[in-house]
Amino acid sequence: MDSEYLVEMDNISKHFSGVKALNNMNFHLKKGEIHALIGENGAGKSTLMNILSGAFQYDSGCIKIEGQVRKITSPKVSRELGISVIHQELMLAPHLSVAENIFIDRLSSNGGIIDWKKLTKDANEILTKLGFGDINPSAKIMDLSVAYQQVVEICKSLSRNVKILVLDEPTAVLTFNEIQKLFVLLKNIRDQGMGVVYISHRLEEVFDLCDSITVMKDGCYVGNYMANDITKDKLIEKMVGRELTTLFPKRNAAIGETVLEVKNLNAGRMVKDVSFSIKKGEVVGFSGLVGAGRTETMRAIFGADKRDSGTVVYFGKEVTFKSPYGAVKEGIGLLPEDRKQQGILLEMPIVHNVTLTALKKVSKASVIHRKADETLAKRILKELSAKYHELSDNASSLSGGNQQKVALSKWLAANCKLMIFDEPTRGVDVGAKSEIYKIINDLAESGIAIIMISSEMEEIINMSDRIYVMRQGRITGELPKEELKDVNIMKLCVGE
Amino acid sequence: MNSDAKNSNGLVTGFIKKYNTYIMLAVCLIVCMSISPDFLTPINLLNISRQYAGLTVVSMGMLMVIATGGIDLSVGSYVACGSVVAALLINAGLGLIPAILVDVALGLVCGMLTGVLVAKFKMPAFIVTMAMMTIVRGAAFILSDGSPIKTPSNTISQIGQNNVFQIIPILFVLALIVVAIFSFILNHTSFGRIVLATGSNQSCVRMSGIRVDFFLIAVYAISGMCATLGGVMAASRTGIGTPLYGEGLELDAIAACVIGGASLSGGVGSAVKTVVGVLVLALISNIMNLLSVPSYPQDVIKGLIIIASVLLQIFTSPKKEAA
Repeated sequence: MDSEYLVEMDNISKHFSGVKALNNMNFHLKKGEIHALIGENGAGKSTLMNILSGAFQYDSGCIKIEGQVRKITSPKVSRELGISVIHQELMLAPHLSVAENIFIDRLSSNGGIIDWKKLTKDANEILTKLGFGDINPSAKIMDLSVAYQQVVEICKSLSRNVKILVLDEPTAVLTFNEIQKLFVLLKNIRDQGMGVVYISHRLEEVFDLCDSITVMKDGCYVGNYMANDITKDKLIEKMVGRELTTLFPKRNAAIGETVLEVKNLNAGRMVKDVSFSIKKGEVVGFSGLVGAGRTETMRAIFGADKRDSGTVVYFGKEVTFKSPYGAVKEGIGLLPEDRKQQGILLEMPIVHNVTLTALKKVSKASVIHRKADETLAKRILKELSAKYHELSDNASSLSGGNQQKVALSKWLAANCKLMIFDEPTRGVDVGAKSEIYKIINDLAESGIAIIMISSEMEEIINMSDRIYVMRQGRITGELPKEELKDVNIMKLCVGE
Repeated sequence: MNSDAKNSNGLVTGFIKKYNTYIMLAVCLIVCMSISPDFLTPINLLNISRQYAGLTVVSMGMLMVIATGGIDLSVGSYVACGSVVAALLINAGLGLIPAILVDVALGLVCGMLTGVLVAKFKMPAFIVTMAMMTIVRGAAFILSDGSPIKTPSNTISQIGQNNVFQIIPILFVLALIVVAIFSFILNHTSFGRIVLATGSNQSCVRMSGIRVDFFLIAVYAISGMCATLGGVMAASRTGIGTPLYGEGLELDAIAACVIGGASLSGGVGSAVKTVVGVLVLALISNIMNLLSVPSYPQDVIKGLIIIASVLLQIFTSPKKEAA
């Protein structure tokens, strides 16, 4: 029984607690092809591949591997079918050698005793076969570049008779030369008759490397195209384009003096020569793909990360914040992207969360006045129309949307002049989303300057007065209100 | 009481969950009273209160450190060094109160050093305080030349051997005052709230614009201060300062906090419940002494009871919801 296709996924649907992550998605991978899977952030690419690798179970649909219907019930089944998924975070033991990592689950064939000579020789054979004979099998993983680590990870998969290799954003951390080497390797694998699924945000790479392209949007199948038959512009159009809803309330904010002006900011690897400014009452969006350096830029301004060079002028005064303490003292607030890790005290009472930044207001000589504490918390939570049972309940008892409101409440208590929102509606249901937009509008109308990082196209277009787009640590463009269109933004995101 | 409980079964489990620490103490008390007639005598009880006042004070400092998610293994050494330095200062002619103040201030400074290493240099608290444990113990041996230092009978031993109103030991009153202060700090001040918040989620507190480093340094300083005061209290009972005091005391202090419901990963801790933890440890030792159990089996039994009490707590505490 010989099929032209290695993988046929038909009408795959998947729900996550009521939300449709995949809706009748199709994906077909042929033998000897490199197949790109593209779509916006949150389109469901990773979910689909997690189903293929057995990490998630699908609700309905059919998967055929090499023409035969298969139930992939666990990662083990997936591996036995010859499927290997390589994630961005590599699964290697950094202190062990290349050879040990490649053969990690069968180091010895001989009653527990390792034949080091054979191990090294076998590893060398595989590496040479793939054109990477210059990697020393005895070198420690931690001493290799990220690109070579990735090569080792691929070798590890190939040494297990893999037929289907899935790479999730493999080039996000690689340099240009390293990417070229990886491409040579992948083309080599393809020519041996294997199938490669390549998930990437970088369209130019997709056209360089891939034979065919599947586009998905909001968990749905959009289309399958041959790379030679479609232009980049057409592809971007396919990736975006959706109707707008009335999720977004109107805003009527007077725009005033400049609040923050950033010039030539550099910080680490992710923030390069960033310049922008924002005025009172303005909502400025920051768009870009995941990993474009938006969060890092804001953290550097806020004092959460170190800054290498550049100036930040805040209300006409040059400032350098060594820690968030300085920034908050000057009236800057930041609602972090990662709510559970940075935004909220999950196992602490709600009231402690709300007044965390305003303890001075509710205490005398650092003794907390309980009444004042609770009154302030109640007032702010009411403003945010947050739903809770008791103020003394732990924040973990709340839903995602209400948790986000509690995380936000502490900045309302602190009376900020500049608020930075990092993905303010991530993991929040539609109803709470609209309420959070309303809060952002209210803040802007009261004269607060607002920076909003968002990967949701719809949100950023409807909420922003203007936006900056970032790509690979740099601002690639600024779009005024009139030019806020999906296509314009996506072009700047992918570097067109 | 738990108003949500719909039936008597819910009421009972709610009650057990809420008061598990106290129930443990009650069980210990009942067992002690029933197996030894000597337990419930004024002499024995006063003896316990004198003997465990020091550990109570040391545990309060430990509690603050544990509340931030840290640990302080050096407190036992501070007790030794604190007793030695107090004795030396008194023998050098310093008055009783000034001697104690200088001694405690030294403990505070050493604790601050620990805190700086933990907060600013990001060293693991376990390692830093383990190193401080040997450094401070070593210093105690150097300062005392390895032998006990006697003090004149009308000085430090006045504290340890005298009573308030002829009946309540001064040490007991002192410990009560310290507990009251720490309970107030943890429950009613912004300092206490931030200390607990830091243990609950340090990066959230930092991102809220709070100087986490300051609070971390402060808790280690407080722990150093408390442990040194514990050393003064130990010296006051015998009138002698010796580098041998406080061996293994850090483990008793940690055990008291844990029995009192503190989480070693931080964010949870109560001063009053920690005192209950000290009492549980005290009762276990006391009853075994009254029954003349030899010292080595005592250690084994004590360890087993600590495990049992913490297990009981894990089983009875409300399950955390998967977020």
